[in-house]
Amino acid sequence: MTEKTSNDAPKAVSRRNFIKGVITSGVAVSSAGYLFRASTLLHGQQLTGGVGERLITLNVNGQQRRVDVMKQETLASTLRYKLGLTGTKLGCDRAECGSCTVLIDDIPHYSCSVLAHTVRGRKVMTIEGLASADGTLHPVQQGVIDEQGFQCAFCMSGFIMTAVGYLKTNPNPTRRELANGISGCLCRCQDYDKILTALMRGAENSRRSKLG
Amino acid sequence: MAVIRDVMPAFDLLQPTSVADAQKLLAEHGSDAWVLAGGLDSFDWLKDRIRKPKVVVDLSGIEELRGVRTTGNNGSEGIEIGAMTTLTEVVNHPIIQQKYGLLAESAELVASPQIRNQGTIGGNVSQDTRCWYYRGGWPCYRAGGNICYADTPEGRNREHAILHADRCVAVNPSDSAPALIALDAKFVIRTPKGERVVDAEDYFIGPDIDITRLHILRPGDLLMAIRIPSTWAGAQFYFEKIRDRNVWDFPLMNVAAAMVTSGDTIERIRIAVNGAAARPLRLKTVEDAVRGKPRNATTGEMAGKLAIQGAIPLQFNAYKIPLMRNLVKRAISGVEEATWTS
Repeated sequence: MTEKTSNDAPKAVSRRNFIKGVITSGVAVSSAGYLFRASTLLHGQQLTGGVGERLITLNVNGQQRRVDVMKQETLASTLRYKLGLTGTKLGCDRAECGSCTVLIDDIPHYSCSVLAHTVRGRKVMTIEGLASADGTLHPVQQGVIDEQGFQCAFCMSGFIMTAVGYLKTNPNPTRRELANGISGCLCRCQDYDKILTALMRGAENSRRSKLG
Repeated sequence: MAVIRDVMPAFDLLQPTSVADAQKLLAEHGSDAWVLAGGLDSFDWLKDRIRKPKVVVDLSGIEELRGVRTTGNNGSEGIEIGAMTTLTEVVNHPIIQQKYGLLAESAELVASPQIRNQGTIGGNVSQDTRCWYYRGGWPCYRAGGNICYADTPEGRNREHAILHADRCVAVNPSDSAPALIALDAKFVIRTPKGERVVDAEDYFIGPDIDITRLHILRPGDLLMAIRIPSTWAGAQFYFEKIRDRNVWDFPLMNVAAAMVTSGDTIERIRIAVNGAAARPLRLKTVEDAVRGKPRNATTGEMAGKLAIQGAIPLQFNAYKIPLMRNLVKRAISGVEEATWTS
């Protein structure tokens, strides 16, 4: 009986799901190599007086999330390593590549260059928050699938979030305008032409879904 | 290439909601405090561990520092832009677009959309130089040392100064600064002793005055707002930015001009360039020389030659001399700027 159960158990837990599980359960955060080594870090540093409240509530993807955030922590770190929202990627950590782009109050921001504490009371939207509750993809996500816009797709969430934010200000852009709108994102596969085609399709899908 | 480390060194983050509170905090913490606007200059310093402030004072929660207001009766005297107004807000503001298009144009060419969504006008004019020796933590003149690593035969100085260098050869990287100088903007500064209003061109300083700062702010001072008088509202404007990459990049050089002509004749003009020196340069000699002259290629040619007088190239930036000459020439003669097509 025992043997049978172990054989039936899922064979491989993906690395990503394992990390997510670890974060959600709140244990052994330091077991994953690239996660914060928060405990070791804080040992080595003297905290200044009056550090203030660290347990804050962030509005992420429409949910109120209580999370313990260091004062110097970037939003990208909080999203990925505290809230388990690993769809937001960290490419350069220097406001250069755009992979970490999320929407803050509907406006695209590089989340690597925003302190998590400064977005209290604001609405943060990540790639995980785009699809509707029933699993229907956002029209821009659907556009990307329709056109197979990306190669390795590491930069994809950043491009999609940037495009979604841009389309809120200009729902019917020319190809040139959209290229300018997403120009704050880099793709190392140099797949820009197909990305643009996919996001143009996404813009079209968005307009159609609003009509319908 | 920046190294990604897991987290910035610890600091305390203070988030005042009024200028008075911010000033109190800055007075309390003195040189331990770092003023945070949009953060796009600050985070590089902090992530690289070159600057390690104990306290960061975040201005983003101060409502009175945000937004564009008209001054005088319905904007008859101009506008006032809160220092924490984002560049995107500046670019999209209808009055700035209609009357002070030079500023909108310059702000739209800053960095990338995401950076403009977060970066502020106050931060754009107050940001530090991008000389990589200095940014990389080398103990150069600007960092308090006694050598310039860029001004050596092997130094990588393609982006550095051709004018007014004094030991340090770093340049000011702002795009909006020359536009604000051309528009005769005034900068409103709150110091511990009270309010001070200075001309845009006097906000910036070169290494001859203080080699460790690009602007006049001292610890405890805050840039509150930028006032643009109506003097140049609706004038003829010219802005051009030259950079290696058409997005994100800092200017190798830029030029901003505001001009009022009568017929062909240049009646009034203000022109400034940035990327040539440690401060954006207002070209007064050029202004004086072209006033009263026809706005044509000959005047432009003369202005360009005049602008570069006294320029001294370093090992790798001699191209900046003809670049500056041509930018000034184009700004004066009003030639359609070179456009890039995909």
